[in-house]
Amino acid sequence: MTFLTDQPLDLAPLVARVMSPGRGGVACFLGVVRDHHEGRTVTRLEYSAYDAMAEAECARVIAEAEAKWDVSVALEHRTGRLEIGDVAVVIAAAAPHRDAAFMACRYVIEQVKRRVPIWKREYYEDGSEAWVAPRPAPQAPERSTGAAAEAPPVPEHISHTDWGV
Amino acid sequence: MTVSAASTVTVRVLLFASYAEAAGQTSLTLTLPAPATVASVLRLVRGQGAGTRLPERPLCAVNLAHARLDTPVSSGDEIAILPPLAGG
Repeated sequence: MTFLTDQPLDLAPLVARVMSPGRGGVACFLGVVRDHHEGRTVTRLEYSAYDAMAEAECARVIAEAEAKWDVSVALEHRTGRLEIGDVAVVIAAAAPHRDAAFMACRYVIEQVKRRVPIWKREYYEDGSEAWVAPRPAPQAPERSTGAAAEAPPVPEHISHTDWGV
Repeated sequence: MTVSAASTVTVRVLLFASYAEAAGQTSLTLTLPAPATVASVLRLVRGQGAGTRLPERPLCAVNLAHARLDTPVSSGDEIAILPPLAGG
């Protein structure tokens, strides 16, 4: 499965991939390029990625969601140049009932944002450009600590939401 | 003085986005004394001038998976130093 693409994203094929007769709830998320960031007018942007790791991390996130809930999840993230209104990320999660579909969809987008190595360069109306960074910047955990060593490292400033069922 | 192969670790280090831009390069190959960790790789990257603008504890990955500063590294490993992520 390839999760990154430099081609326009379309929700319908992802929904088709996860639907099945036993799955009565499908939750979807579209991340769309917006025209402003911190008060500045954005004209376009460019996503770049550490491709091999991004693919591996997307696969891990989906495997986690499918282990936590009875869901089937599809995910695609765009790379390259995007214009305002273009779809940057698409997620479809299908489950027997809506609760698991919504939770899995939310889990996947939150994990993608904090774990998948993708970077965004914004281009502004005034001709300037900049790499976009969340505030504060995530930091590497200092050292392994017991049981936590088995879990994927997570930037410490981000609060841990209980996504468990 | 000769250093035997077993007492050193040679790794490939990848830089991305703003870090690559600041360093003026996207990858470097480093040899450091064994045993080595992500933290010792970072120290050497800083010492080589490629990482003078790195934060104190940047996000790092070893062989395509997120790593901690005390994650051990071995010869042939691919260490990536990751600027703040902005996907999604």
